[in-house]
Amino acid sequence: MIKLNSKTQDAVLFYALRIISLLVIGLLLFIIFVLFKAAWPSITQNGVKFIFNQEWNPVENQFGALPFIFGTLITSLIAVLIAAPVSIFVALFISEYLPKNISHIISLLVEMVAAIPSIVFGLWGIFYLSPFVKNTLAPFLKLHFSFVPIFEGPSFGIGILTAALVLSIMIVPTISSVCRSVFELIPQHQKEASYALGSTKFEMIKMAVLSPSVSGITSAIVLGLGRALGETMAVTMLIGNSPIISKSIFAPAATMASVIANEYTDANSPLHVSSLCYLALILFLITFLSNIFAKNIVKNFSKIG
Amino acid sequence: MKVTFNYRLVRSIKNQLFTFVIVLSAAVVLIPLLMIIQFVFREGASSLNLSFFTELPKPVGELGGGMLHAILGTTYIVLLGVLIAVPIGVTCGIYLSEFSKSKISKTLKVTVDLMSGIPSIVIGIFAYLMVVVPLKSFSALAGGVALSIIMLPIIIKTSEEILKLVPNHLREAGLALGLPRWKVIFFIILKGSIANLLTGIILAVSRAAGETAPLLFTAFGNMYLSFNIKEPMATLPVQIYTYAISPFKDWQRQAWAGAFVLMVLILSMNLFARYFLSRIKDKKGY
Repeated sequence: MIKLNSKTQDAVLFYALRIISLLVIGLLLFIIFVLFKAAWPSITQNGVKFIFNQEWNPVENQFGALPFIFGTLITSLIAVLIAAPVSIFVALFISEYLPKNISHIISLLVEMVAAIPSIVFGLWGIFYLSPFVKNTLAPFLKLHFSFVPIFEGPSFGIGILTAALVLSIMIVPTISSVCRSVFELIPQHQKEASYALGSTKFEMIKMAVLSPSVSGITSAIVLGLGRALGETMAVTMLIGNSPIISKSIFAPAATMASVIANEYTDANSPLHVSSLCYLALILFLITFLSNIFAKNIVKNFSKIG
Repeated sequence: MKVTFNYRLVRSIKNQLFTFVIVLSAAVVLIPLLMIIQFVFREGASSLNLSFFTELPKPVGELGGGMLHAILGTTYIVLLGVLIAVPIGVTCGIYLSEFSKSKISKTLKVTVDLMSGIPSIVIGIFAYLMVVVPLKSFSALAGGVALSIIMLPIIIKTSEEILKLVPNHLREAGLALGLPRWKVIFFIILKGSIANLLTGIILAVSRAAGETAPLLFTAFGNMYLSFNIKEPMATLPVQIYTYAISPFKDWQRQAWAGAFVLMVLILSMNLFARYFLSRIKDKKGY
């Protein structure tokens, strides 16, 4: 048996650790490569036009991604519009208003939402939220805001609005927990300085907590957006899965993730499979970019803080 | 004088309004959570019975039956994922905590962050292309691979955090005794943190066990008991999905029962891991 001295032993360990770490880094690149390769037939066939083409008809071999990109963006944007203010307020409530021991419990409860599997959200959405949207929310919106064009058309309970509502519930924990960690970076003396100037709690929060956290809050929102863009199951169960672009938020639609979940196992023609992979690649890149964007804001922020 | 008075009043009203809005939004966030929990418990617990845990699905049209195959399948595939992800994940965690200043460490950190942001459906496609296509069949293995990629970033992150809690003087004490670095890592740092590392793994399991999207076209699902790694295997989330979108009342009832079981499992694991991890951090581990 070869005897190694301890220096060589350590070198072996060091390289082993290094190689495995490099493998994990490589895995991420490999995922991108594999997706790209699988999407290649569709990329060569459809080109960049894929993104702007409205027709998705696997039977006729027509593949356009626009309805899905539209569906993904519109549901995620509505979800973020609803979730962002609420999450910021909740983060403020937890970090500024509650005593320490109660705030622990509330923040744990909020983060529990993130642990609920998305299939359960979907199930709840089908049996509870969609009847609620159909029978209560949609008639209410139509009655009072009928002049807004997005509230036109009938509601069947399943559609953009329902999916967006569930998404907004799902991303609140992401946004609020990042916001909370940003608020916790703010030094106590800054708040006290604001109080010393005679400000009320609201003014203190505005001056000393919110305005220095703008970039942190932005990154929290973008992280939440990233989560919403990639969410699959709950959306698939609630959006209605029809590749159309309509003005009304009651109308059914489809997202990139939902069409992949629905059609991937049934896809027969190679071009269909490859087009779905093309969609996955686009989805991957969009979430990738939004996460990098959010990380960079955080980085710049932590430099200042 | 009057103007100042009014101004003060306006400020105080604004302040109170703000407090009101903040309390209201906290309620708005907590209400759906409570509603979902209440709904799943009410519908789920009432549809739950012993045969849910002990029987296989009955053919369409017959009442009754259970999800034994899916419960075992989920356990099987999650364990498979753990087997793949834990060795790699803990190793990377060691690298990040012990050699944090190297360039690879920094790249790895960014990679881990980006990896946890990959949509799970994309991971499903990746596992499909890597495992299902070459083996020419949906398989439990493919499901395990998909879940392992979902668990990996969580395991790496928690193990890094946990190992970093080991105080430096322990490392120095080991090195001062003349131990080589690898012995310090394995017999002092890792050995002392095993229970804590397990907590991180439980957190990752609680995340992976609820995933549906990556299993749709990897483990795929079936209606009978199977322990063959190369064959499709039922899982609880996919079974819930199949039943939830079916038109049969009895299947929908079982979907609720499944959701109830899944949620109790996942939330209890998640709560346990969180509680334990926060205690470790408060005590600084030692």
